[in-house]
Amino acid sequence: MAATRLSELAKTIRSKNAGVDKITFDIIFRDRANYERVKRARVLTRETMAALYRIPAERISDFVEYDPGYAIKFTIYRLTPSGSAGDGDIFGAQQYAPLLDLEVPA
Amino acid sequence: MHTLKIISPNGHLGFAPIRTGSLGLGVAARPDYIAADSGSDDVGPVPLGADICTSPEAWQRHDLEHMLLASRKIGAPMIIGSAGDTGSNSRVDLFVRIIRELAAKHGLKKFRLGYFYSEVDKEYLRTKIRTGDALAGLDGRAALSESELDATERIVAMAGVHPFIELLKQGADVIIGGRSSDAAVFAAPAIHHGFPENLSYYLGKVLECASFCAEPYGGKETVLGEISGEDVKVTAMYPEQRCTVASVAGHAMYERSNPYQEFVAGGMLDMTHCHYEQFDERTTRITGPQFVPAEVMRVKLEGSGKVGERYVGLCGIRDPYTVANVDRVIAWAKDKVRERFGDSGYELHYSVYGRDGVMGALEPLRYQPGHELCVFVQGVAPTAEMAEEVAMIGLRQMFYARLPDVKGTAGSVAFPLDEVLRASPAYRWTLNHTVAVKNGMELFKTHLIDAGV
Repeated sequence: MAATRLSELAKTIRSKNAGVDKITFDIIFRDRANYERVKRARVLTRETMAALYRIPAERISDFVEYDPGYAIKFTIYRLTPSGSAGDGDIFGAQQYAPLLDLEVPA
Repeated sequence: MHTLKIISPNGHLGFAPIRTGSLGLGVAARPDYIAADSGSDDVGPVPLGADICTSPEAWQRHDLEHMLLASRKIGAPMIIGSAGDTGSNSRVDLFVRIIRELAAKHGLKKFRLGYFYSEVDKEYLRTKIRTGDALAGLDGRAALSESELDATERIVAMAGVHPFIELLKQGADVIIGGRSSDAAVFAAPAIHHGFPENLSYYLGKVLECASFCAEPYGGKETVLGEISGEDVKVTAMYPEQRCTVASVAGHAMYERSNPYQEFVAGGMLDMTHCHYEQFDERTTRITGPQFVPAEVMRVKLEGSGKVGERYVGLCGIRDPYTVANVDRVIAWAKDKVRERFGDSGYELHYSVYGRDGVMGALEPLRYQPGHELCVFVQGVAPTAEMAEEVAMIGLRQMFYARLPDVKGTAGSVAFPLDEVLRASPAYRWTLNHTVAVKNGMELFKTHLIDAGV
């Protein structure tokens, strides 16, 4: 089986403020099989996310594999609080796009 | 009472109108309470700082009217938390006024209207700081300094269940809350009626965003929560939606960094051992949440401080050479602002749409800009006159940027408007902290009046 894009395996890929100082990312799978496949592939980890978003690993405050929701979620610190002048995404709602095309090996 | 039923018609009342069809179905299910949260810090620091709402009063009136009429028709108390987005005192007064006007308009039979305020006086907090009660920072922030307190325009405290329960005890039929935890709006009536804290807070957690705990995705639809001594059940009222194990468990992680924990004034809801099961087609049953009471009660504080007046403008770029050198164009314009106003005492921001306007430095594709760009310019300064000039120089001078190999020598950018526009003043979140309190009522003053005829 060839590599698959994350957007084909996840039913929800989103970002949103978690309070005024952080943005949290949720990748939610429809079933356990896809969830376990992505976990096993180790393409979604603290390290890979820091590399994708080009931030130091310390900016990731939390990284959670959330079994009850078949979901992987991580949270990053903002550099300035939400809605400060110059912030392009007050709700943090459009920061997930780079996750869509993440390649997941078979 | 063996069970208690609460409907939640909107996860952020007034922000986008309630969908009234599913509200009608929820009301027909004869709930004991109708409740909704009306606040969010997602809207940024401007509304709290400037003491305004983010949406037209007409939208808030629409939602309050539908809820109030339903509440009075079936005799189920109505509870609103975080009035008018921020839950500041003026927003509570606004909602109280709307409720009284609606009651008069519809000739509603007399009822008891309770409300409480959440604003916290700066000097009260200064005394706490000076007497050694540090205001602890959240999310990596340092303890609050007095200079940050001085820079703050307005502060609200996040109420727990306590002022809501106090007003229910006094017989309130309708409650308008100042800033409050979303979950408290729903947990308070459940605790008031003697249901266990763990399930009550879970009920609040799952109902706070209304239909966001259902699937398929669709906001502003009503959901119904039912609590017993053993479990919580949540049902989608909109016929096209269902509350599934996946949608309900998935909602637990929405807008929070830790999907297992929810902190409220007085303790922490721990969802680690929650068990979810499909009860019927549109209902999920939840058991197993735990509530861990806090040893010292701490209340969250939100504060916003003014940075300055703000003007904004925008321009477009189509020449591929200029697109590739947009940073040099911006640098030229920044230089011109610096020549006029020096290095400090103002802010000048550029967002380059078509390159990284949305994500800024987080954008992995910022080295592959589109064939055209939109540059959004913001000038912030102590006075409106200066802010206008900062923004105007910052925008206009992009037109005159000198790029060595540019072919188009009649102007480097395209203006859709040859002007800058006054925007809301710029504010910033100065407080995301907690303060220790003696009890859950310390910061919240309750009032009870009559409404209706």
